[in-house]
Amino acid sequence: MSIPVIPLAGGLLIGLSSILLLLTLGRIAGISGIVWGALSDPDRSWRWQFVSGLVAGAFAIHALTGRPIPAPSDAPLFMAVIAGILVGIGTRVGSGCTSGHGVCGIGRRSVRSIVATCTFMATGVVTVALLRAGGLIS
Amino acid sequence: MKGITGLLTGLLFGAGLALSGMSDTSKVVGFLDIFGAWDPDLMWVMGGALAVTLLGTPLVLSRAKPVLAASFSLPLSTAVDRRLILGGALFGVGWGLWGYCPGPAVAALAYGELSTVIFLGAMIGGMWLAGRLGLTVSHLKN
Repeated sequence: MSIPVIPLAGGLLIGLSSILLLLTLGRIAGISGIVWGALSDPDRSWRWQFVSGLVAGAFAIHALTGRPIPAPSDAPLFMAVIAGILVGIGTRVGSGCTSGHGVCGIGRRSVRSIVATCTFMATGVVTVALLRAGGLIS
Repeated sequence: MKGITGLLTGLLFGAGLALSGMSDTSKVVGFLDIFGAWDPDLMWVMGGALAVTLLGTPLVLSRAKPVLAASFSLPLSTAVDRRLILGGALFGVGWGLWGYCPGPAVAALAYGELSTVIFLGAMIGGMWLAGRLGLTVSHLKN
C-alpha cells in the first residue's frame, strides 16, 4: 500500500494549526465550539478571524495549486437540513466534533475525546451503511 | 501578532482541510463506507493531524501559560457520561448523512454552493436548539 501523501500533508497542516493555536492563544481548535463561540461569546474576535481563515485557506489551496474544487453533494437539499441540525445538536450536546475531540482532544489524551471520537465514527459508519443498504448511495 | 493569530491559524487549518480531501463530501462518505466501497485516504489525514498533536500537545502544555494569553482554556469535564455519547452519536449520523463535519462545512463556503450555506444554517440552528432544550453544559475554564 502506498502512502497517500497529499491527505497526509493536509493532516499535518491541521495538526500544526491546532498546536499553534494552543501555543499562542491557549485555545482548543474545535471548530464547532469556535463557530458557536463566534456567535454567542463576548470574546469573538479571534473566533471570527479563525472562521474567516478557514474559508480563505481553502480558497487559497485551490487557487494556488490548481486542485479541482470538489463536486457538490448530489443528495437532496432536505438532507443537508437534517444533517446540519443533527451535527449542530450533536456537537453541542457532546461538546465537540472531529477537530475538537478527534484531533485536539485525543492529542491531549482525553478519555472523553477518545470515547466521543469512537462514537461518532461508529454512528457515521452505520449511517453510511444504512444509506447504502437503502440504495441511497451507490 | 496577537491581533491576527486567529486568522493565521485558521488559514493553516482551512488549507489543511482543502488539501486533505475533508472538504469533499463524496470523499468523506467514501471514508465512512467501510462495508461498501471504502476509501481509506482520510485515515491518513487523521493520522497526520494526530501525529502532530500527540507529540506537540504535551510540550505546549508543559509551559506555564500560552505565548499570547494569560492561561490555557481547556475543557474541565472528564466525565464520560450519557450526554457525551448521545451528542457524539447524533453528530456522527449527521456527518454520515451529508459528509460534512463543522470545519469542512465552514471551509467549503469557499466553493460558493447554496447547499453548504443551508447545511451551516441548519447546524447553527441545531446548536441554538440544543441550548434551548437545556441539553448543553459549559466545560471551559474562564
